[in-house]
Amino acid sequence: MNNIVLVILITSLATYMPRFLGVLSSEKIDAKSKLFRWFNCIAYAILAALIARMIVFPAGVLSESNTLIRFFVLVCSISIFLATKKNLVYPTVTSAIMLAILNSYL
Amino acid sequence: MINSKYFFQGLRSLKNFDSPAIALGCSFIAIGALLKNIGFNIEQSILSTVLTYALPGQLVMAESFLIGASLINIFLAVWLVNARLYPMTVALMPQLKEESQPKWKYYLSCHFLAVSSWLIMKDRIETVEQKYRIDFWIGIGTGTWMTAIIATIAGYLLSDYLNQDMVIGLAIVNPVYFTCMMVGAMKNKSIGTAVILGSILGPLFFIVSPEWSILFGGLLAGTIAFIIGEKYE
Repeated sequence: MNNIVLVILITSLATYMPRFLGVLSSEKIDAKSKLFRWFNCIAYAILAALIARMIVFPAGVLSESNTLIRFFVLVCSISIFLATKKNLVYPTVTSAIMLAILNSYL
Repeated sequence: MINSKYFFQGLRSLKNFDSPAIALGCSFIAIGALLKNIGFNIEQSILSTVLTYALPGQLVMAESFLIGASLINIFLAVWLVNARLYPMTVALMPQLKEESQPKWKYYLSCHFLAVSSWLIMKDRIETVEQKYRIDFWIGIGTGTWMTAIIATIAGYLLSDYLNQDMVIGLAIVNPVYFTCMMVGAMKNKSIGTAVILGSILGPLFFIVSPEWSILFGGLLAGTIAFIIGEKYE
């Protein structure tokens, strides 16, 4: 087995583990319990933390764009989302075009 | 086995106006292009999305692979960035539980758990009959997973035609989509507090500890939100 396949398998194992353990723990947790509500809050907070990190301190190609431009694009997108009765196609498509254009001309 | 009516209902939620397919497609096109650039062949790129199916984890894998990290280091780095999947699973599966449903459905379908499928399932969950929620979830999961696989292939094949600005444009779609979904999910005090506090504490903790910022920031923000929710709701 070559190295790349091994890397893929290791990555997949490290990713499936928390999913598997989550199902295992869920067997004993009732959807109406306090513990569930706590996990629910944590899940939303962790996602918010992850997404905010992606925008403020991005990894990969996004880090080559300007932080202020990213904020500007994000604010415009949320405004479009709210103005279009929570349509998600318009804000996402607009954000990609806006950032690509702003990034190449500014 | 799987109730096809609910399965297809779940699958069809991908073509709604709030479909995760666009965001998912854009980010996995970027992954496909990235994997090609770091030297994966097309079979390996497909295998990565089929088996891992978690964007941040695959990004970490690519970065670690590039700098020649050891297998154990790759395992730890990926585990750390994907540990968030644990509370996400626990915050979803109890709502899908049903005595008459076989357990393998839960252990197999948890592979589909990612931010996009999770957010859309949480949004729909109250509208689906308890007994068939798991089948509906398998429908959503199959759809989002297939979208990611197809996009990976497309990104791999298109990578030579994508310039840097286009890839940057693609990369913003995912956080924009997630942010909008989160804004839409803020329906009560506890979730509202969790989202706002989490998005402040996440980047703040990042300055102190990049590796642990998401977990610690999320844990603290979520706990405060939980206490507020229990007190005022």
